[in-house]
Amino acid sequence: MTALALSGVTLALGGREVLSGVSFAVPDGAFVGVLGPNGAGKTTLMRAVLGLLRPVRGTVSVFGAPARRGNPAIGYLPQARGSTAGLRLRGYDLVAAAASGHRFGLTLGGAAERREVDWALDLVGGTALAERPLGELSGGERQRLLLAQALLGRPELLLLDEPLASLDPRHQHGVVTLVREIQQHLKLTVLFSAHDLNAVLGVLDQVLYLGGGQAALGTVDAVVTAPVLSRLYGASIDVARIGGRIFVVAGGQTVGCAHEHAPLAAG
Amino acid sequence: MFGYGFMVNAFAAAGIVAVLAGVVGYVLVLRGQTFAGHALSHVGFSGATGAVLLGVSPLWGMVLMTLAGGIGMGLLGEKLAHRDVAIGLVLSMSLGLGMLFLHFFTASASQATALLFGNVLGVTAGAVWTLLALAVVSLAGLAVLARPLLFATLQPELAEAKGVNLRLMGVGFLAVVALATALCVQIVGVLLVFSLMAGPAAAAQALTARLARGVALAAVLALAEAWGGLTLAYHTDWPASFWITALSGGAYLLAALRQGMRIRR
Repeated sequence: MTALALSGVTLALGGREVLSGVSFAVPDGAFVGVLGPNGAGKTTLMRAVLGLLRPVRGTVSVFGAPARRGNPAIGYLPQARGSTAGLRLRGYDLVAAAASGHRFGLTLGGAAERREVDWALDLVGGTALAERPLGELSGGERQRLLLAQALLGRPELLLLDEPLASLDPRHQHGVVTLVREIQQHLKLTVLFSAHDLNAVLGVLDQVLYLGGGQAALGTVDAVVTAPVLSRLYGASIDVARIGGRIFVVAGGQTVGCAHEHAPLAAG
Repeated sequence: MFGYGFMVNAFAAAGIVAVLAGVVGYVLVLRGQTFAGHALSHVGFSGATGAVLLGVSPLWGMVLMTLAGGIGMGLLGEKLAHRDVAIGLVLSMSLGLGMLFLHFFTASASQATALLFGNVLGVTAGAVWTLLALAVVSLAGLAVLARPLLFATLQPELAEAKGVNLRLMGVGFLAVVALATALCVQIVGVLLVFSLMAGPAAAAQALTARLARGVALAAVLALAEAWGGLTLAYHTDWPASFWITALSGGAYLLAALRQGMRIRR
């Protein structure tokens, strides 16, 4: 069974092609790390899967059906923009806003809705956190609540857009481990975009590298290699493995290491 | 105090408008759109004075213009959301236009003062019923939008992905705000709408982080400030608008101080 399939997909933003004729298929139940430099199309790809961006060419299908807006099978954690960071609002209310938030009417907090929110909060270990105002939570704690929000409605495919952004390494590890646990517990398919391959290396089933309008999907050993990445970026790339970590090196310069920014950002 | 018919009308009108302003204001503050709400009242000023010039009731001129302004702002949406200069210019142009209408009408200064600073003691029994009807329409509109509006406010990207129409939410909510603003003007006037719309809501958000409790608290605070202001005005013979703004400012200050102290501890 295929969770997500792209066939000959071209995506454009404001006339600029971000992905050109990309095809790949993500098997059901896989944990996929989505990597690539800024502007490579990680967010754009997720928006296309959510049905918010129509491909110029090709088809995007989710569990065999064409991508469409409001698909309940997809959970989504958007890239944090910090708009809720300073709010004097209880975390619970933020999470609950997404429960049946797509339907018109007044929220009276029905019992079924509350059970669903409590289930999701329990799953991420955020029940106590949710009682505190958002403005008093750390980035990692807020991310935990947003993950609970993404799980509402029991999706089968989870799109997590840079959930590690602006977290320190300790909190990054916490989020990655939590997502992995939930993914295995609920048998979800996860697309997890990240800047740093090493932060997610331990949990990946597959890696999806985006760059130069192209995509390469496969196991880490198959994709994160000098020939594949060199072809993807159209430049000479070396890959070094040191002590369980992977360093991507372009043009003789290390551009992707453990706690530095984007692999290939300078390439 | 309630021996006078005009005081009874004033309490009824102020009560209706305060509850509406507290509830709508809470969402306005949550969405960070208080300045847009402030601007809408100024847009209404030109409508009210224009209506006077045409011999129509200023309330309906006000409602028409604020609604047009609110829907217009909502349609421009994100493009306008952070353009304080553009909103500010529309705001002052509307005030200027209103001034021009007043000039043609050769109105007395009291007409302008009533619009700018409110004239709650001049509300008639008939006007109270009109206010009630419009307040019910505005609150009903907010109730219909409530769920998706809150979702779109707190998590716009996720809401959009789940099928919420962000633009519809923006337009619909500003229409609700426009109506609420037009009603607020009847109590505290164009220039002081902020004190009923934003003051109680901001104080409520400083006092509680719970959503439902916050909305209720905003309505109760607005009601207390409006009725308290009227009572003080009756006993001191100072303008009601002054007392309402003073109470609103005082309540916000105390709430903010309390929050600040709690965080430091």
